[in-house]
Amino acid sequence: MSIRLHNIGKHFGRGRHQTLALEPVNLDIHSGELVGLLGPSGSGKTTLLRIIAGLESADHSQEPSRILFGERDVTHIHVRDRRIGFVFQHYALFRHMTVFDNVAFGLTVMTRKQRPSSGEIRSRVLRLLEMVQLEQLANRYPAQLSGGQQQRVSLARALAVEPEVLLLDEPFGALDAKVRQELRRWLRHLHDELNFTSVFVTHDQEEALELSDRVVVMSNGRIEQIDAPETLYRAPKNRFVFEFLGDVNHLEGHVSQGILTCGDARLNVDLPDGHEELLLRPHEVRLATSPTAECHLPVTITAISPVGAEVRVELEADWLAKPWLATVRHTDFEQLGLTRGQRLYAHPRQFHRFQQPDTIKADAPVA
Amino acid sequence: MSLARFGALSFKTEKRVLPGFGLSMGISVLFISLVLLLPMTGLFGQLAGLSLAEYWAIISEGRVVASYMVTIGAAAVAALVNAVFGLLLAWVLVRYEFPGKRLLDALMDLPFALPTAVAGITLATLYASNGWMGRWLEPLGFPVAYTWVGIALAMAFTSIPFVVRTVQPVLEDMPAEVDEAAITLGARDGVAFRRVILPHLWPALVTGTGLAFVRSLGEFGAIIFIAGNTPYETEITALMIFVKLQEYDYAGASAIASVVLFVSLALLLAINIWQGRFIRRLHGGKG
Repeated sequence: MSIRLHNIGKHFGRGRHQTLALEPVNLDIHSGELVGLLGPSGSGKTTLLRIIAGLESADHSQEPSRILFGERDVTHIHVRDRRIGFVFQHYALFRHMTVFDNVAFGLTVMTRKQRPSSGEIRSRVLRLLEMVQLEQLANRYPAQLSGGQQQRVSLARALAVEPEVLLLDEPFGALDAKVRQELRRWLRHLHDELNFTSVFVTHDQEEALELSDRVVVMSNGRIEQIDAPETLYRAPKNRFVFEFLGDVNHLEGHVSQGILTCGDARLNVDLPDGHEELLLRPHEVRLATSPTAECHLPVTITAISPVGAEVRVELEADWLAKPWLATVRHTDFEQLGLTRGQRLYAHPRQFHRFQQPDTIKADAPVA
Repeated sequence: MSLARFGALSFKTEKRVLPGFGLSMGISVLFISLVLLLPMTGLFGQLAGLSLAEYWAIISEGRVVASYMVTIGAAAVAALVNAVFGLLLAWVLVRYEFPGKRLLDALMDLPFALPTAVAGITLATLYASNGWMGRWLEPLGFPVAYTWVGIALAMAFTSIPFVVRTVQPVLEDMPAEVDEAAITLGARDGVAFRRVILPHLWPALVTGTGLAFVRSLGEFGAIIFIAGNTPYETEITALMIFVKLQEYDYAGASAIASVVLFVSLALLLAINIWQGRFIRRLHGGKG
């Protein structure tokens, strides 16, 4: 079931106290797609999700706003009749009901005509519980389950009514890293198996990039970019997207005659004269024991974290407003014999540059 | 090391980190003794002068039994009415924003703050046959003053804060997401309320209603002005105690008072036990 949004905007409050939550946006989500809405808090991503669900209504404006599920116009259809599944960040389970009754809820509240027989409800709920691997806990109460288990119950509950669209509001936000990882994989699997259309909200860029077919990056109630994860990471449309998708090192200085200077730091760049701000990802910083004629960026190591595939090294210098982060391969790390307090020279492999208004100007390799 | 620490924390030598346990506990016990236990002991001291047969004769006298019926019946009606309207008031106060909300919220405590006699006189004046309300109700064949309806009304007035103030915080704690979840699953509003919201509020509602009921059993000041106090018809138990006292029959007054006391205590205990079990379930116990 595809989802098409046309001219969906939202203000909260009234009169002078009105605040913009969402600028009018258009968005097409294909049938069977898993789409992540990514953005910092206050970016309007949850508002957008709740409007899709029908838990909020879009502003009335001159140009009518429309929400289409496939060919069905659901703009004015009540949330209970939209046939969606909604998963809340804090699970929102019914605490006075057992796991079984929670999952069965959507089936038992159907009108008598639509409602399956109690035997069928039973088998359907048990099948769902088996799918979320909680069949042994059917008679427990939510308070007796861990966070991850509760979120699985809430997913099973949402899927029980066989929704065409599954909406998830920060589904893994309240869980710890390991459980989150596991549930992510499991949601992806479930999505591929059952083939519904899903939209989920997250502020975790890693989660969005890993899980989604396409990511919608939002900030300040605006859609900044919609793309597949690889495209998004490799070709961010603007500085916000670039900075939001990972760690960024800043190098700010004045360029004159092809040399950028900032305190005692120097870097040859092929740029016109004037004030410049260059951005680098941590893996684009190479460390060496000596400067070169083109590049003289002295730094001091202040912290080393050897956990993971690469060693993360924090760098500071007088000419830096904020510390830099560099990632070094373990072999290079050992070869260089890095220690805290050591003085080194940073060499950008590549840098990025965004000019106001947010358009990409150049991705220049460094000689 | 951890073993040694356990040793230090063991039963006898247990050292409390929070200071002042001895002093605060001592003062609390003294206060409870002076304010609660001493008068109760006095009550039972009075009872000691009675034989069991005499005691039974006093508490089962026709007029007194009639007063139990009136009191319990009116209190039950008042409690049920308060359960419905108290829930509604709490709902309105928590779920909606409207001008004057703070004022309405403050007004909820008025029955607690107002001297009950003032409430009683006000109600009696309003509902008397020449009062503002009584003038209209009486010709319709629905007299309020000097009937059990008046008694229930006075009881409802003095005890409504119990329901509102117990339900309100529970409703505030209940995340809006829970009813949103019910609605996204296709539940009609009524179904969502009955199956999701009401069960959440149920313990608080029952407790509040129970407290209101117990409070109504002992209410005196607000009721006697509007009750009319016709023997066998509109006499409440508290009035019977008062009458005995005026006749200097302290033992008789204590006997009737002890019945009220036992019923109230038993009800409070029952509410507490029941609520404890319910809440354990919500919080993951085995209860």
